[in-house]
Amino acid sequence: MRSKLWLPVVFLLVLGLCVVETQGETLRVAWAEWAPADYLQELSKDFTKETGIDVEIVQIPWPSFQNKIDLGFVGKSDSYDIVIGDSQWLGSNSVGGHYVKLTDWIGKNVDVDSIYGPAMTAFAEYPKGSKEYWALPAEVDANGYVYRKDLFEDPKEKQAFKDKYGYELNVPETYQQLRDVSEFFTRPPDLYGIATYFSKEYDGITMGFQQVMWSFGGSYGDPDTYKVKGYINNDDSLKALEYYKELIKFSPPDAPNYYWQETLDAYKAGKVAMAMNYFAFLPGAVDPAQNPDYHDKSGFFIAPKGPKGHYISIGGQGMSISSYSKRQQVAKDYMKWFIQKPVQEKWAMLGGFTPHKEVLQSDVFLNATPFNKAFAASFPYLRDFWAIPEYAELLDVCQTNWNAVVVGSKSAKEALDTIANKHEEIFEDAGYYDE
Amino acid sequence: MRSEGLPKGLNDYQIKMMFITPTMILLVLMNIFPLLWSLYLSFHRYKASLPTRPAKFIGLRNYSRLLSDPEVWEYFQTTAYFVVLAVLIQFIIGFGLALLLNREFAYKGMITTLILLPMMLSPVVVGLFWRFIFASDNSGLVNYFLSPVLNTLNMQPIGWTTNPKMAMIAVVIVDTWMWSPFMMLISLAGLSAIPKYLYEAADVDRASTWFKFRWITLPLVSPLLLIALLFRTMDAFKMFDIVYVLTREGGPGTATETVSMNLYKLAFRNFNTGKACAMAYILLIIIVALSNIYVKYLNQVKGEA
Repeated sequence: MRSKLWLPVVFLLVLGLCVVETQGETLRVAWAEWAPADYLQELSKDFTKETGIDVEIVQIPWPSFQNKIDLGFVGKSDSYDIVIGDSQWLGSNSVGGHYVKLTDWIGKNVDVDSIYGPAMTAFAEYPKGSKEYWALPAEVDANGYVYRKDLFEDPKEKQAFKDKYGYELNVPETYQQLRDVSEFFTRPPDLYGIATYFSKEYDGITMGFQQVMWSFGGSYGDPDTYKVKGYINNDDSLKALEYYKELIKFSPPDAPNYYWQETLDAYKAGKVAMAMNYFAFLPGAVDPAQNPDYHDKSGFFIAPKGPKGHYISIGGQGMSISSYSKRQQVAKDYMKWFIQKPVQEKWAMLGGFTPHKEVLQSDVFLNATPFNKAFAASFPYLRDFWAIPEYAELLDVCQTNWNAVVVGSKSAKEALDTIANKHEEIFEDAGYYDE
Repeated sequence: MRSEGLPKGLNDYQIKMMFITPTMILLVLMNIFPLLWSLYLSFHRYKASLPTRPAKFIGLRNYSRLLSDPEVWEYFQTTAYFVVLAVLIQFIIGFGLALLLNREFAYKGMITTLILLPMMLSPVVVGLFWRFIFASDNSGLVNYFLSPVLNTLNMQPIGWTTNPKMAMIAVVIVDTWMWSPFMMLISLAGLSAIPKYLYEAADVDRASTWFKFRWITLPLVSPLLLIALLFRTMDAFKMFDIVYVLTREGGPGTATETVSMNLYKLAFRNFNTGKACAMAYILLIIIVALSNIYVKYLNQVKGEA
């Protein structure tokens, strides 16, 4: 009996050694489950060729992405070496000690001037303006629009629109035009004007509405004093919210649940004339396999401007090193490799949205997809939500209240006052008003 | 009789302790310590996601913030509305099904098993496929079948998960579909245990069906019915998974945001750990109080039976 025992023991030992050995050679990068993660997996093959180090892009489904990363950090898990996380996470994960501070390393190894400045601020810097860096921009994204060219260019539609509104039917450049075009194409039950973000999930409606609020003159508050009342609930924000609420009349019946997946699905199903989405998801609109009916009838435009400005919600993520990683040096080597110009060129060609200034402005990038020009044009107008450690609480309050307005269970004024009160309560509890 | 492997000289008390100790250690580590630790945290400002910031004592502030927040009271009202509506409907359907099944007929076993199937499914899976069934445009199965009627009446498709007035009804329908079989199972167990001779004696006395139901069936089955109601009430009070999936985190607005949904967001989305612990304690006190009322009534019913 005893003589037979050594076999399984040896097997387990060998298996254990193999696991340890494999872990030592593979860099694990956590990202959301979407096409850019596939592009990065493809791109990383070049890194493996150069260094012999395997890279695994671990794709986490969007609904559980933030939760899985947060819980891993709370448990000090070393499952991931690099996390490609949302810009809003920066405050929480840097203050919480979950991200490795990269200020000195970036100073010595990265040409910061080659990276688009606002992207560096949004995805890497915390606190803002401090020149303290915790990440490198990986995928820079923005909200944009896809529209049905066959409808917009139809002479009969153009004439009918001009007769009704007194100006030419073109892609909307202002929010008033967006409203008019949305109304014009609303012909239930088969066609509606617009699909935009109204969802209560994660940051859905906030990412859709905040750019309207900023463009109407509203804001989240004073970033220096953290005072909110009089900013988020001022008349401009109120007008913006009432405007945004009106858009739901020109959207399909299930629109209160719409975020990026649903707006894209509605567009592909031919239910809407225009749909907002992050540019990174728009390959789905031009892929004949995914969008057989309208892939060749799709045009793209940047988010419109408002009466008091032009702002667009930033999307995308930055690449940070987990403090609990045992392969931090390899992670740094990978990030140094990733940000090089030739790699960024290939990243852009694969479909990634590069933060590299020169690549971003190159013809190669601008012509790589039908929507890259609209994406590049959006860059000067990008703005972000709070990126402080309390962002999740602030976001939750916005999500709940703004969604309540669009479904009609709260008035715009009531919702904005609630948000102002709760945001100041959160700042007070977190000690932002302490002397 | 003493085993050779045991140390010599152990008395009965020591042997008893030897068996109990591992369980006690597990209980302390897994239940008592977290309970006390969360109570401690409920009096502190603390975020589990920010381990670099130590917990700061703030007295009853978390509790006062929660109890003075109108939205928290709204979550409790939503939860109470859901619990009363869902448990009542499940009780009526479950008990009704049990009365129908409490007789001999062909394929009784197979039909009973089929009725029990929904409660064996994962709530997340149930939430997901009902999300498709309740899709608010005509792609949803319910609206698809209702469309001839809705078109005739010139009505829009019903916003099962997008209309604040319909969303809670949708959640109750799904929970009822899933948990009425549980009510049925417990009721059936109670009905099967009633001695047949009581009904035979009543038949001899020419008792009416209603008389037999009122004075034999109901008194004898009520202790089990109360246990089923107790379990369902406690479970419904914790409603989270179906709401999380079906109405996407308690939407639209706060129409289906139950206390547990809000607690999840406080604890694991916002990582406001101190406040979440306070909320958990408020919830615990309410559930204990509700359970006590049930148990007291249960004892009373048992005494009468």
